Amino acid sequence: MHTLVELFSQYDIVGAFLVNIEITAWSTLFSLILGVVLVMMRISPVSSMRMVAGAYVELFKNMPLTIIMVFMVLGAYAQLKLSFSSSFATNFFWLAVTGLSLYTAAFVCESLRSGINTVPLGQAEASRALGLSFLQSTTSIILPQAFRGSVAPLGNTLIALLKNSTVAAAASVATETSSLMSEMIEFHADAIIAIFLIFAIGYVILIIPIGILTTYLSNALAVRR
Amino acid sequence: MISPSSSPDSTVKDPGHPLVELSHVEKHFGSLHVLKDINLSVNKGEVLVVVGPSGSGKSTMCRTVNRLEGIDSGVIRIDGKELPQEGKELAMLRAEVGMVFQSFNLFANKTILENVTLAPMRVRHMSKADAEDLAMDMLSRVGVDSQASKMPSQLSGGQQQRVAIARALAMKPKVMLFDEPTSALDPEMVNEVLDVMVGLAKEGMTMICVTHEMGFARKAADRIVFMADGRILESGTPEEFFDHAQTKRAKDFLSKILTR
Repeated sequence: MHTLVELFSQYDIVGAFLVNIEITAWSTLFSLILGVVLVMMRISPVSSMRMVAGAYVELFKNMPLTIIMVFMVLGAYAQLKLSFSSSFATNFFWLAVTGLSLYTAAFVCESLRSGINTVPLGQAEASRALGLSFLQSTTSIILPQAFRGSVAPLGNTLIALLKNSTVAAAASVATETSSLMSEMIEFHADAIIAIFLIFAIGYVILIIPIGILTTYLSNALAVRR
Repeated sequence: MISPSSSPDSTVKDPGHPLVELSHVEKHFGSLHVLKDINLSVNKGEVLVVVGPSGSGKSTMCRTVNRLEGIDSGVIRIDGKELPQEGKELAMLRAEVGMVFQSFNLFANKTILENVTLAPMRVRHMSKADAEDLAMDMLSRVGVDSQASKMPSQLSGGQQQRVAIARALAMKPKVMLFDEPTSALDPEMVNEVLDVMVGLAKEGMTMICVTHEMGFARKAADRIVFMADGRILESGTPEEFFDHAQTKRAKDFLSKILTR
């Protein structure tokens, strides 16, 4: 107990979790936007759009996240001079958000596509028969139903995203949880089990409510046919 | 210099030309030849009923009229205008052709009222108030106005199908396509839908109905087309078809249907 109090007073553990939550929140927003665009391209009547989106998803879905994160720092930032801010900390934060968003968008796209598969073909046919354009029928009929049908896979994607936010360490975000954990272990090798448990349990506490919420929402929002 | 009147409006005001015209239409599904040299024309105000055994291509033919199914060759014209390729123009043309499906296909994420107002607002750019007035008119016409705020899944099949008809009518279509509108209904609900269709026919709506309801065909049709194996084998008035069928296929079909 004594060690725990000491650790919590010495390090900003809650602050580190907040950094991960912040990374997750921004990445959720951007990956949702990009994922929606990708899935609309994947079901669009234009074959080149379908191909581009398909290639994107296959590429990012099958690439290890660490490699993307390292590329963001060594490739996008160091070589291609992509910079968000003159402050190192802010710059690496947004580089990490970019990498995570690009990666997660592929999974958002796949989740939404599984949701689109739950929408009967007749819904699209009926909207086309009324004279709605592809964009109109997608945004007002197909996607709203697809979202409600893909709450569960989207929730799983969000859970994976929150855990993946620790890979931001690979993009040199020094204030997030896994960086802080390494730092704490370095100086308190005697309390290694306690330190490990703090972070492990911290994530479990964050993630269990997300799981409960997705299960609830996926029933509450299910489309009645 | 007076130039000769610029190219005539494509919706020619020629009362003689048919509203819907299919000529030499061919279609394959893979190796299956589903439509074989289909020639058909439907005049304004005419009620055409298409009958035939299942797999005869009658549903497919119905779906080619608003290009939900593409065709391999041949020409389909609506009001003298050839069906364009997928795109804005085709969407505009589809807006003029109402379609009612076997499985209703009401939008599951919209209320009954929103189902009917959606296309008038988004395609015809009607104001919300006008679209709702129009929708309530259409819904009361088919007798489901009291259900306007419910979701489709809360309605019976017969009610859903009547809403689907109201949804199509709200676009003021030139022609209505019915693709087996009563085949998915419980028997006691078939008549409420057929009554609406008979009413439409009496009001002079141009209709193409694919159906197995021979009573409706006899009562409402101006002309009956009999299809089998992707071909139109007979075309005539209800009396001609039901009482004096020419081909063996049609006689076989009628003997099986009418003895029930």
